[in-house]
Amino acid sequence: MSGYISGYPEYMQDSIRKVAEKRGSNLSSHGINAMTAEERQSILEHFHPDWKPNMKRPIAMGPSKGMMVPNEVADILEAHPLIKPSDIDLNHIDYDVEVLIIGAGGAGLSAALLAQENGVPVDQILMIQKLRLGDANSKMSQGGIQAADSSIDSPSIHYLDVIGGGHYANKPDLVEALVKDAPDVIKWHEELGVMYDKNPDGSLLEIAGGGTSRRRMHSCKDYTGLEITRVLVDEFINRGISNIEFTSAVDFIMDSKNQVAGAVLFDMETEEYRVARAKSTILATGGFGRLHIQGFATTNHYGATGDGIVMAYRTGAILRDLDSTQYHPTGAAYPEQIVGQLATEKLRGRGALPVNKNGELFVYHLEPRDIESSSYIRECYERDNGIITPTGMRAVWLDTPMIEIVTGPGTIEREFAAMFRNFKKFGIDIRKEPILVFPTLHYQNGGVEINPNTETSVPGLFCAGEVCGGVHGKNRLMGNSQLDLYVFGRRAGKAAAEHAKNASVGKLTLAHLDRYERWLAKAGVKTDRKSPILLPEYRGKKTLEHKLNIL
Amino acid sequence: MTENGNKMVTIYVMGKKQKVPADLTIMKAMEYAGHQFRRGAGCRGGFCGACATVYRKKGSYKLQGALACQKIVEDGMIIAQIPFSPQEKVTYKINELKAEANTFLEYYPEIARCLACNTCTKACPQDIMVMDYVQSALRGDVTQAAKLSFDCLGCGLCAMRCPAEIVPYNIGQLARRLESKYIEGPTEHVLKRCEEVKEGKFDAEIEEMMKMDKATLSKKYNTREMKIK
Repeated sequence: MSGYISGYPEYMQDSIRKVAEKRGSNLSSHGINAMTAEERQSILEHFHPDWKPNMKRPIAMGPSKGMMVPNEVADILEAHPLIKPSDIDLNHIDYDVEVLIIGAGGAGLSAALLAQENGVPVDQILMIQKLRLGDANSKMSQGGIQAADSSIDSPSIHYLDVIGGGHYANKPDLVEALVKDAPDVIKWHEELGVMYDKNPDGSLLEIAGGGTSRRRMHSCKDYTGLEITRVLVDEFINRGISNIEFTSAVDFIMDSKNQVAGAVLFDMETEEYRVARAKSTILATGGFGRLHIQGFATTNHYGATGDGIVMAYRTGAILRDLDSTQYHPTGAAYPEQIVGQLATEKLRGRGALPVNKNGELFVYHLEPRDIESSSYIRECYERDNGIITPTGMRAVWLDTPMIEIVTGPGTIEREFAAMFRNFKKFGIDIRKEPILVFPTLHYQNGGVEINPNTETSVPGLFCAGEVCGGVHGKNRLMGNSQLDLYVFGRRAGKAAAEHAKNASVGKLTLAHLDRYERWLAKAGVKTDRKSPILLPEYRGKKTLEHKLNIL
Repeated sequence: MTENGNKMVTIYVMGKKQKVPADLTIMKAMEYAGHQFRRGAGCRGGFCGACATVYRKKGSYKLQGALACQKIVEDGMIIAQIPFSPQEKVTYKINELKAEANTFLEYYPEIARCLACNTCTKACPQDIMVMDYVQSALRGDVTQAAKLSFDCLGCGLCAMRCPAEIVPYNIGQLARRLESKYIEGPTEHVLKRCEEVKEGKFDAEIEEMMKMDKATLSKKYNTREMKIK
C-alpha cells in the first residue's frame, strides 16, 4: 500500500495488514463450506436478533391477536388513530376514482401502469405518496433482481431456493407467482427501457446471491433500484396518470358493505385532510425500517415507518410473519456518518469475502442473510474477533480488494459506482482497503396477508410489495424484493382494474376506527400513542446514533 | 469548541446560526438543529437526490452543491436546501421513438443552446460529466449519453445552474431508455424463458413442490445442487 493514505485510524492498521497478508491464501482456499441445516438452526437460535428474548410481544387485539411481533411494531399497532370519525366530513369527497394507489415505489408505480393497461382511464387512477414520486426503498436497491432465465436455471430451482431460504414458512402460491412471473418482469423492464448489465454477447450478467443455488441476479451497476424506478416514473409521467406528492394516507375509508372504499389523505405541507373515494384501493407503502427495531441502524428510506400495516390492520386485514425481521449482514459500520447504510450483497457475489480482525475466514460468504448476519454477530460478540470502531461498534471486515483480483481491474468502478463513490467521500478506496461491516435493519419479512391476485381478507383492498407478508416466509433472499415489487405490483394493478369494473361503493364510513378503539379498550391497552407515525423523529439529540445492546 | 464530548462547529441554515457536532452530515446537522424534514429528505444514503443543497464556505466566493445526506458540515458553512427544481418533463411514447440526435432535438430543442461552459458538470454532486453527456446527445451518440449519465440521481443541481436553461437529467433519462430499448434490445434467453413459462414447462415440477410436506421439501432443499462457482 505504498504511497496510499489509508482512510482508517492508526489502531486499525495492524489488522488491515493481516487482512492483506492473508488475502492470497483466503482466495485460493475458495472460502469456507456452507453450514449444515443443524448448524444453521443453532446459529440462528443463539445469535439472530429475532431470537433474542423480551424483544417481541403478542399483539393485544384484532384479527391477528396473539401473533408475536417486535415491540416497536406492537407499539404502532396498539395505538389510537390520528383522526376521529367526527373530524372528517365523508360527504365532501375531494377525489373520486376507480383505483387509488397509496405509495409510489416500485410496487405502486407498477400497479399504476398495469391499471392503465387494463382499461382504467388515467384520470380514474390516483396515486398518492408521502414524499416525492418514486422515493422509496425500491430506489435504494443496489445489488439486483432475481429471475431464473439462464439455461442451467429454472423457475422450479428458484422456487426451491426461495422456500428453503424462507424456512418453509412462505405461502406456496405466492412463491409460485414470484418465480413464474420473474422472466416476464425482466422482459417488461427491457421493453420500457431499463439498462440491465450485459455480457459482450448480449446475454444478461448473472450474479450469485446468498442462498441461491444458481447465478440469477440481474443488475444495473449498483444502482439497480434507481435505474428501474426512474424508468417507471418516466413512463408514469408519459402516460399522464394522476398523482399527488407529499400527501399521505392516515386511514382507510370503508363502506356500508364492509369494503375498503378509499382513504383519508393528509397533505404533509398544508396539514389538511382530504377524502378520496375509490372502488379499488392498492396499498403499496413499503416496510418499517425507520422504526429501528431493537435500536438497529437501518438501510431504509426516510418514509419507511410501517404506516401500511397499521392502516390495513384497522380494517380487519390479517397480518403474518411479522415475527421475523431481516438484518442485512453488511451494513456499513465505519465511518460513523454512513453507519447502517447498505454495502450491497453483490460485493460478496462478485468475490469479496468476510474476514475477522486477524484476517481469517469464518463463514461461507453466501449463506442466506439471516445465517450470514448471525455469524457476524457471533464473530464479534462470542468469539471477540471483531474490530471495535471509534464509536464503540463492533464489526468484521469485508475484503473488497478481492473483487478485482478475481474479476480483473476496473470491476469496482464499473459495477460498484455507488459504493466506490460513497466510501471515497470518506477517504476509503474500496479497491485497496477492506470495509467494516455489521448487520443492519433491512427488510420487513412479513406484513399484510395476500393471495396471488394481491387481494387481502378485506374486499376492495389490494396490497403489493414490502407491506405484504407470505412471499418470503421468515427470511427473504437477495434480489427477491425487487422482483416482488414488480410481480405483485403488476398483479395488483390488473386485479384492482378488474375489481373496479364490477364494484359499487356503498355509504362511506369510518366506523372501523371506533371499532378499533373498542378493541384497544377491551384488550386493556392504555396509551397516548397515535399512528401511523408518518415520519421518524430525529430532531435534537435523537440525531446522534445510539449504541446497540446486542446480546 | 466541544459540547458533551462532541467537537462543535457553527453553520448557518438559511442564514440562521446553529451550533452542531462537527462530524454530522448536513442532513443530520439540520435535524440536530431542530428541523424535521418533509421535503428535502429521501433515502438518506445517496441514492435518490431528494436532498439537493447549495452552500458557501467561509472565505470563499464559490457556490457549491451537495447532497445533504452525503456532505459533512464545515465551520462557517452557509446552507440552503433546493428540495425542488421546476422543470417540464416532456411526454413521449417510448414505442414510437428512434435512437438518434433528432429525437433529443425534437423533444428538448434547448439542448442546442448548450454553451459547453461545463457549469453543470461542476455542479454535479455525483461527479458526472454532465456537459459531455448533453453534448453526446446533441451529436446523436445515444450510447455515450446513456453511459455517462447513468449515475444521475436527478437531484436538479445541474439544471439550476445551467445558463442555457437546459434540464440535463431529462436528456439523460431519454438517452438511457433509447439505449436499452433500441440499441441493446431485448435479451434472447429472457424471451425464450418467458415462452417456456407460458407453455407450462415448469408447472408440474413446481406443483409437486407446492404439495410436498416440510420434511420432504427440506431434504430436497438441503441436497440441491449448487452451481454458482
